[in-house]
Amino acid sequence: MVEFSLWDILRNLLLAARWTVVLSLIAFVGGGLVGLALLVARTTPSLWLQKAVGAYVQLFQGTPLLMQLFLAYFGLALLGWDTSAWTSAAVALTLYSSAFLTEIWHGCVKSIPLGQWEAAKSLALNFGEQLRHIILPQAARVAIPPTVGFLVQVVKGTALASVIGFVELTKAGTMITNATFKPFVVYSMVGLLYFALCYPISRYARSLESRFHAHSH
Amino acid sequence: MPTATEAQLALHIQGLRKSFGPNEVLKGIDLTVSAGEVIAIIGKSGSGKSTLLRCINGLETFQHGSLQVNGQALVYDNPQAMRALRQQVGMIFQSFNLFPHLSVGQNIMLAPGLVKKSPEPQRRALTERLLARVGLAEKFDAYPDQLSGGQQQRVAIARALAMEPGILLCDEITSALDPELVGEVLAVVESLASEGMTLLMVTHEMNFARKVSHRVIFMHQGRVHEQGPPDALFQDPQTAELKQFLSSLQ
Amino acid sequence: MGIQLDFAAVLVEWPLLAKGVAWTLGLTAVSAALGVMLGVACAWVRTQGPAWLKPGVGAYVELIRNTPFIVQLFFIFFGLPMAGVRLSAEWASVIAMVVNLGAYSAEIVRAGIEATPRGQLEAALSLALSRVQTFTHVVLPPALQRVWPALVSQIIIVMLGSAVCGQISTEELSYAANLIQSRNFRAFEAFIVAAALYLMLSMATRASLNWLGRRWLFGGRRG
Repeated sequence: MVEFSLWDILRNLLLAARWTVVLSLIAFVGGGLVGLALLVARTTPSLWLQKAVGAYVQLFQGTPLLMQLFLAYFGLALLGWDTSAWTSAAVALTLYSSAFLTEIWHGCVKSIPLGQWEAAKSLALNFGEQLRHIILPQAARVAIPPTVGFLVQVVKGTALASVIGFVELTKAGTMITNATFKPFVVYSMVGLLYFALCYPISRYARSLESRFHAHSH
Repeated sequence: MPTATEAQLALHIQGLRKSFGPNEVLKGIDLTVSAGEVIAIIGKSGSGKSTLLRCINGLETFQHGSLQVNGQALVYDNPQAMRALRQQVGMIFQSFNLFPHLSVGQNIMLAPGLVKKSPEPQRRALTERLLARVGLAEKFDAYPDQLSGGQQQRVAIARALAMEPGILLCDEITSALDPELVGEVLAVVESLASEGMTLLMVTHEMNFARKVSHRVIFMHQGRVHEQGPPDALFQDPQTAELKQFLSSLQ
Repeated sequence: MGIQLDFAAVLVEWPLLAKGVAWTLGLTAVSAALGVMLGVACAWVRTQGPAWLKPGVGAYVELIRNTPFIVQLFFIFFGLPMAGVRLSAEWASVIAMVVNLGAYSAEIVRAGIEATPRGQLEAALSLALSRVQTFTHVVLPPALQRVWPALVSQIIIVMLGSAVCGQISTEELSYAANLIQSRNFRAFEAFIVAAALYLMLSMATRASLNWLGRRWLFGGRRG
């Protein structure tokens, strides 16, 4: 039996962790762009659009991410598209992130007092200008801490992509465990690597939160 | 060895000094209160009135001097002793502080059950008696948010009385009430005074203080500036500060 | 070239799905009860517990909140046997869910406790209540009331996260869907049905827990 050193294990995990980071960033940025579009749609006076976005959010927040990943994987196959684990994971996580981000941002926009909208309107700004120059800049400030906090959720979410075969940190852990028969050591390391990725982001989000509260009073 | 007089003292304060950080709020308080005395404490805001009251039941700690309640000195680091103290000294707050998740009856019965281990029927009877006494017999099952301010404060008084304290501290108990609700609360306090309860009241209700108290204490900048029987103090203030304070109330 | 979807092939397996739903609900119910209790205990330690316990609880909370649930589950099911603790898939799932919910609840309940108005504490103190009595009777019920919606949301999150437990063969809903599609190859339909069931479960659970909170915690009146 081949003996694997701790360093061998760690090295392989670190190599896989790159993909965790890449997938997280793609989902976060992609989800952010889609979420922004959904946010604008939801803020329009169209009741139909508001309800549609609301339903979209309910769908993604009310079903397991694992199901969403499976559906992306098998759904894309049905449509005849490329069904690599990569694409499916990217699509599923992007849509997942877009739903959560748009909900977070919607809350931030709602927290802007009605008076701001009215002031902007009475200055003869149109809807787009109201949004762009008055509402969104203020909402963005409020939105930064929870948005940064959500990045942690995305990173943790990429772990589920292992189930559909995407080789990121968790999948690597499973594979290495099967090769080395050292699940305790391997999964401990996997956990610590996720912690190393997520904890700094969590701390940063918390410090942004307290800084924001210090300013706004 | 306490003298006979000292043993009867409800409250004996000597040279009490208290600071909040660099800010000295009580600059040497000397005060004695006998059992059954009703004391009104008046003064400008910031003169240390509430702080003094809160030192007596240990909500605030002090740095220098001595404070004895019923002959016993305060021992802060002994939770048992502090709890024993608080069974003898009750407090009524400006903002009532009723427990919102409990009904009126439950608010009053809570402490006797937990602290004195009083059995249910006994507690209930006591609660009903006290509620009748403060004029709220029918509100046993009501919740605090269903009551007016004056009613809530009367419940708070009943709650404190349920522990059968010898001394009651009243910290501006009518200041947060609408004017028309003040009277019902003061009526309850007056009846307590006439029954011989030892009362220390920080108050802005000068007419009430004059009518009900045995002694009025005027505090100014952290010291007992002037004290005496109400009629003497209000009609014939000796110090310039008290004169100024009284005239500012017109 | 149309896409042929055959939901009937999936729905005919409703006994399997029902079993999966039952397992999911069961796992969630047990984990919710134990997890919230663990969370309250941890929140107590962090707000007024003994100083020597605080770092340990803090580390536990941060570790769980910054690692994925699937890794926690795999560690408990695959890793612990190496340390001599061998658990069945079901027990591993429950323990993982309890440990997970406990950490998140700890933070949620802590926020509720720290929002206790000072006057409440002073009133309890002046009534000679001990610290434990004050916590149990004066601080905790309103704190739970304050954070009930957040707690309910977290329970839903754990319920949806339990889908991963099917990966270690716990026979909950996602396992049922997987089993069905491995038999009839209707993967997309199977997971659509499962997702729809999860959606209904999350809505029903949220409504029930909100009702429970109103009835039981809030003294039988509007909270």
